[in-house]
Amino acid sequence: MATARPIRDPRSRIEPWQDPEAVPFVRIQSVTKTFGDLYAVDNVSLDIFKGEFFALLGPSGCGKSTLLRMLAGFEKPTAGRILIDGVDMTDVPPWRRPVNMMFQSYALFPHLTVRRNIAFGLEQERLPRAEIAERVAEVVRLVRLEGLEDRKPEQLSGGQKQRVALARALVKRPKVLLLDEPLGALDKKLRDQTQLELVNIQDRLGLTFLIVTHDQEEAMTVGSRMAIMRDGQIAQIGTPSEIYEYPASRFVAEFVGEVNLIEARLLRVEGTFMHLRAPALGCAIVTDRPVPALPGEPLWVAVRPEKMTIAKTPPRETGHNCVEGEVFDIEYLGDVSVYHVRLESGAMLRATEANRLRLIERPITWEDRVWLSWGPDASVVLKS
Amino acid sequence: MRPPLGRVLLVAVPFAWLAAFFLFPFLIVLKLSLSETALAQPPFLPIVEWVEEAGDLYLAIRLRVQNYLTLLSDGLYLAAFTSSLRIAATATALALLVAFPIALGMARCRAEIRPFLLLAVMLPFWTSFLIRVYAWMGILKDDGLLNAFLLGLGLIAEPLVLLDTEAAVLIGIVYSYLPFMILPIYANLEKHDPSLLEAAIDLGCRPVRAFWRVTVPLARPGILAGCFLVFIPAVGEFVVPDLLGGADTLMIGRTLWLEFFSNRDWPLASAVAILMLLVLVVPIVLFQRQQALERLR
Repeated sequence: MATARPIRDPRSRIEPWQDPEAVPFVRIQSVTKTFGDLYAVDNVSLDIFKGEFFALLGPSGCGKSTLLRMLAGFEKPTAGRILIDGVDMTDVPPWRRPVNMMFQSYALFPHLTVRRNIAFGLEQERLPRAEIAERVAEVVRLVRLEGLEDRKPEQLSGGQKQRVALARALVKRPKVLLLDEPLGALDKKLRDQTQLELVNIQDRLGLTFLIVTHDQEEAMTVGSRMAIMRDGQIAQIGTPSEIYEYPASRFVAEFVGEVNLIEARLLRVEGTFMHLRAPALGCAIVTDRPVPALPGEPLWVAVRPEKMTIAKTPPRETGHNCVEGEVFDIEYLGDVSVYHVRLESGAMLRATEANRLRLIERPITWEDRVWLSWGPDASVVLKS
Repeated sequence: MRPPLGRVLLVAVPFAWLAAFFLFPFLIVLKLSLSETALAQPPFLPIVEWVEEAGDLYLAIRLRVQNYLTLLSDGLYLAAFTSSLRIAATATALALLVAFPIALGMARCRAEIRPFLLLAVMLPFWTSFLIRVYAWMGILKDDGLLNAFLLGLGLIAEPLVLLDTEAAVLIGIVYSYLPFMILPIYANLEKHDPSLLEAAIDLGCRPVRAFWRVTVPLARPGILAGCFLVFIPAVGEFVVPDLLGGADTLMIGRTLWLEFFSNRDWPLASAVAILMLLVLVVPIVLFQRQQALERLR
């Protein structure tokens, strides 16, 4: 008789971090890396689950690449430890680690053909030739490199090189695939397409991917979860939507997407609503996500530009979450336009609107009097 | 379509230079090698002569092949050739062994220090080559610096005979030509992307294996260039074997010198020179072809 399996939230398969029983696959525990006086990575702890496509996002010099290099074994942590699939990696040299890296420069061996480049890692394992050929052919099909096997790297386009680099790492069947800014050298169209391909391959193989990038769009496209890094520390970990909708700090709010940051002070809390006073706006702000705060404590209200409505007539309710201003500038981006609105106080707010109408037919233009309004659910209050 | 006149003139200048100072002297030596020795000034007979015979006038061209036949039949010359090639090849291999780690160290060290190391490699050129080889005589002779040092350390009981041996010639050639080996290898290694080694290690190579599988194959053009730059002049080297090799070391450069200046047999000496040129042209052509292939790829 089969024992009844406990019924689990189906999400736990796709969102293992929601599952309290799930054991993290990669555990980064209080890892610090110093170069002289510089703390490149400062006491970082991070758990990554099996099958995740995890993105490390941050500005250049934030320590994300150093963290990746410590996972690959090229750098030794000054303090802390890294576990992969339950094994402490501290004393495991890079050539024995169950991880493979896709380098930013691709690092293809220029003296070897595509086939030999891909087979390189398997040759080190001294596998039988037939098996090597079979696995190489399999991964060549996977990344669609058929017919290019006998070319040298310099005879390939940027996109093809990128696929060889991916194939060379994938063919080793690593427990974790590390990707260091893998798409940085590609043009935008190819990058967008490759991002989706990467997600596809990762999903099909069920592997764990860890990508380092400074491109927030890329991180949000490919990442199941992401960690935002700043000055060697993790600023926030979450799914792309959590981070975009509920940033934990002004840094995260500004780094991921566009945001209006409004300085405010607590007025009162009414049930689940928080009322704030924002001197620059000249109106009260109401938000449905209260944070514990003291009166007079400096707070910031973050409102994404696309969550603001711009209109030439005042909305019905004008007591709060509504300001009047003048259109100072319009950034026409094709699909959307960003309206820069100057308030009486001189403060500038941005509102984004989809361009459903053609340019000449749109009603709002430069120097128009406009009202910006947003709902109580459109904003978050930040303390730092 | 004819190329413009300006370009033709521009290309003509180096060609004229090579014709005047390379091809023409070469033809003179070639002519010399086919002429007859004579006790005269200059010590050879002309190969083109007007001869009157039975009232008729002939333009006679006499090409004496005997010089070449002598070279090929007399074991001494062949021995000198093979010994030159052997010594040059050994010296090239030794120079490579010494130069590669130096070049690698230079390429791997911090970028700010590299110009100083490059300067250090080239610094010996600021002293006359002859003086540097003389200095080696002082180091290698029986009561020289090296023997004094080894005796002082108690490593040897009596002085080693180093001077006037083949070992001394090898030391001298390796020392003299080391920069020509270091520089092309360094120039090559410096361009390597360090992430290639990391990629090899990441794919399961130990660092030593990664070095053999990645660094060495990629350094091949530099290694080849260095080897040719050392081997070709080393074959015809005269100063080093003359000063450090003593009478027993047989090298073609010395044979040439002896034929020219001791024997005053200019035609035979010229034949030696021509044969040496042929022996060296083969590797030079190979080198050029290899370089051309490298560029094509």
